Amino acid sequence: MPSPSPSAAAATPAPLDPVPPGLIALFAAFAKISLSGFGGVLVFARRAIVEEHRWMSAEEFSETYALCHFLPGPNIVNLSVVFGSRFRGIAGGVAAFAGLVGPPMALVIALAALYAHFGEVDALRRSLAGVSCAAAGLLISAVFRMMMPLVRRRAVLLLLVMVAVFVAIGLLRLPLPWVLLIAAPISIAISYAQKRGTA
Amino acid sequence: MNSEPSPLFALISTFALLSLLAVGGANAAVPEMHRIAVDVHHWMTETQFADAFAISQLSPGPNVLIVTLIGYAVAGVAGALGATVAMCVPTAVLAYVVSRRLSRSGASRWPAVIQTALVPLSIGLMAASGLIVAQAADRNWLAVLLTVIVAVLAAATRLNPLWLLLAGAVLGFAGLI
Repeated sequence: MPSPSPSAAAATPAPLDPVPPGLIALFAAFAKISLSGFGGVLVFARRAIVEEHRWMSAEEFSETYALCHFLPGPNIVNLSVVFGSRFRGIAGGVAAFAGLVGPPMALVIALAALYAHFGEVDALRRSLAGVSCAAAGLLISAVFRMMMPLVRRRAVLLLLVMVAVFVAIGLLRLPLPWVLLIAAPISIAISYAQKRGTA
Repeated sequence: MNSEPSPLFALISTFALLSLLAVGGANAAVPEMHRIAVDVHHWMTETQFADAFAISQLSPGPNVLIVTLIGYAVAGVAGALGATVAMCVPTAVLAYVVSRRLSRSGASRWPAVIQTALVPLSIGLMAASGLIVAQAADRNWLAVLLTVIVAVLAAATRLNPLWLLLAGAVLGFAGLI
């Protein structure tokens, strides 16, 4: 193949790395993603996997993330396992997972030990109380951001499901398994009917 | 004979089940964690739970690490490791199996329908998380005001959330909250 001209090379995205990452590379990459991921690991995962290492195209990454987001459980944990296993089978999944969770977990265990000793110190109490208030605000803003597409689409029935889940879990404090057992089939039925209606 | 199961066993079985029920990720599972850890088992006080959430948000790494802190409060390092592994492994195995199936058979229409259906569930759960953390954390009207201001700033700007959390810490340290 002739070497492309500089302008063509700049217009097309750089080719993917043809060499699949090894176990140590997977562990190291996910450890780095995880430890730089303050307030959301996803952005760092996309940057490292798509731009830095070129292990996946942007489309492949989005598809993989969509799958992991749709499955239950911690999304980014799912992503590490699916990603690692795609290149190196089960061992690759384990390596990526261990890199993602191991180092920050060690850090959090150290923080937990410190908290157990110093949790009653007044200055720490006050500071953590302030962080909790701000963290609650972050959750609320995430809710509004996620809700806007439903509001714009005027998906009234799905919004009602959302409110019902909020009331059942947030106000009535009902157990999650029962709420999901009832709400999930209703929501699936609504989505299915809408899909058929628009198709 | 002791009829009460060991806390470590209760911890691991609880989080292994929750792993598969955590529609919308770890933050959506916070209300159920709170119900189990504070209301049902009395593993933590309301304040300890709010602090655990705060520490997990301040730390780098996935949000799921709040589970590590709950586990540590129940059974030390063994509890921290057990709870974290229990919360991650069932869903990780499921993700592995499903991703292999999908790459082999091609996507059907069901994933799209289920994906749409799960969105309102995860938003409702996240909203409940916000309420529960706010109720645990906001003990006076200044605290409520801080929560509201952070919510508005985070929704309206692209500020890194870490700065907002640190601003909360500074205001708390200064004794304003």
